[in-house]
Amino acid sequence: MGLRGEAAIVGIAEWTPERRPSRPPIFTLEQWAQLAREALDDAGIDPSEVDGICATNIRESDSFVPSTITEYLGLHVNFAEVVDLGGASCAAMVWRAAAAIELGLCNVVVIAAPSWPSPRPPNPPSGPSSWRYGASSANYGSPQAEFDIPYGNVAQNCGYAQIAMKYGAEYGYDPEALAKIAVDQRVSANHNPSAVFHNVPITVEDVLNSPMISDPIHMLEIVMPCFGGAAIVVAGKDVARRSTHRPAWISGFGERVLHKTPTYADDLLSTALIPAAEQAFAMSGRTRDEVDLISVYDCYTITVLMTIEDAGFCPRGEGQAFVREHDLSFRGDFPCNTHGGQLGFGQAGLAGGMSHITEGARQLMRRADTHQVPDADVAFITGNGGLMSEQVALILEGD
Amino acid sequence: MADELQPPLPTPIDRTQPFWDGLREGRVRIQYSPSSDQWVFYPRSHAPLTLADDLEWRDISGEGTIYTYTIARRPTAPDFAGQEPQIIAVVELDEGPRLTSTLVNVDEDQIAVGMRVRPVFDHLADADTTLLRYAPVD
Repeated sequence: MGLRGEAAIVGIAEWTPERRPSRPPIFTLEQWAQLAREALDDAGIDPSEVDGICATNIRESDSFVPSTITEYLGLHVNFAEVVDLGGASCAAMVWRAAAAIELGLCNVVVIAAPSWPSPRPPNPPSGPSSWRYGASSANYGSPQAEFDIPYGNVAQNCGYAQIAMKYGAEYGYDPEALAKIAVDQRVSANHNPSAVFHNVPITVEDVLNSPMISDPIHMLEIVMPCFGGAAIVVAGKDVARRSTHRPAWISGFGERVLHKTPTYADDLLSTALIPAAEQAFAMSGRTRDEVDLISVYDCYTITVLMTIEDAGFCPRGEGQAFVREHDLSFRGDFPCNTHGGQLGFGQAGLAGGMSHITEGARQLMRRADTHQVPDADVAFITGNGGLMSEQVALILEGD
Repeated sequence: MADELQPPLPTPIDRTQPFWDGLREGRVRIQYSPSSDQWVFYPRSHAPLTLADDLEWRDISGEGTIYTYTIARRPTAPDFAGQEPQIIAVVELDEGPRLTSTLVNVDEDQIAVGMRVRPVFDHLADADTTLLRYAPVD
């Protein structure tokens, strides 16, 4: 079952994340066009060859998103997807593109995550923003609106804190080990000129002394929201062979979607990543030992810890000892989020989830320059949406 | 503007009204599916997994244990400003289902996963709404 590994990431566009935008707002459709152009230029592929797109929501239209984009870009496509899996959306788009290519539906798919501010309308609608409660929906009839939001159980900090608290009750909690994840990733960020924390080192003490936001999670264990945007080009093997860079072949994937709110999880410590990662490794034929780097969704330190365990790099419950025993930086013995992760590179909206993919591909293309992992050939990638409950795993490989 | 900073209240729908009516009367009522011998929360039209449409309302004690919790030191949304620390708990009812609540009449040091808790009916003075909060079993 699954992919043959005959589609690859061949082009990357990634705008440097910024905490305070240095350029004016840009409409999402304009961002799409610019990001697509940059990613295709990077791959050396002409825009006329694009015959598929994968998108997330755009500001300019609540529905009919694909046709709104193809019309604006002048594309005629055989494959058009909108994916709504939060932080897992970008990874989910990658395997959908690869699957569509291997089915013969299309040959060149552009995937974009525009995350730059959009211009505000001259007469903005009144009323609270739909993002007032993070990812929790306040719409009429929404279970979250009725049974969670009134109690203040609002995504995302307190949900991840509940997961971390449950983890601690089950396996014990080692705050220094969790803090070390942020510190090791920050080392990589310090070496990545594009990272928001390029020149700001931190220590375990800094993390533990930062304000407690929601027990047991400290401020420096939480992503830094910022603005940016990213796109990639996924292409079939003939196009990939004549593209500019070493292709990053997509050889395995898994996806699992469970609940929206942690309260209603069957088992909060049995995450959706366990079956997703198992499927990705089985499909690719690769083993954990063959992985040269992992590039995994890191909205919080607990996310990384549980990802290392649930992807099978160490037994469940032993992740804290594993983190203590390994150097997670790009120059370490277990490179993890070598761009700095969202914790160090920045989380530019949904482009934050793209950063794990662009970094994995960049490493396999041997283009990571200041933070390159030597001889990187196999990367394990995850996307995580909601509260550890929407998970996508990918295996990328060089030739 | 002041109204906007009040914590949002639930807006019951026909399907869920019996639960909220129960709370107003000081009773905890949740759904049960006889065909699958399954207790269900939150209220819905069909039983999860089996999709059986035989859900019926039954009274329960409302007692349970803390499945997990957090203490939010910063407001979880602007509406909750001034209410921190918010002690947000996931309660596992003795019948099995879990629900979201907040803990009251509890010392922070006392809270633990696995702690026994009992329902506290919080009749909101300015609204025709009762929220289901929890306190440690004496």
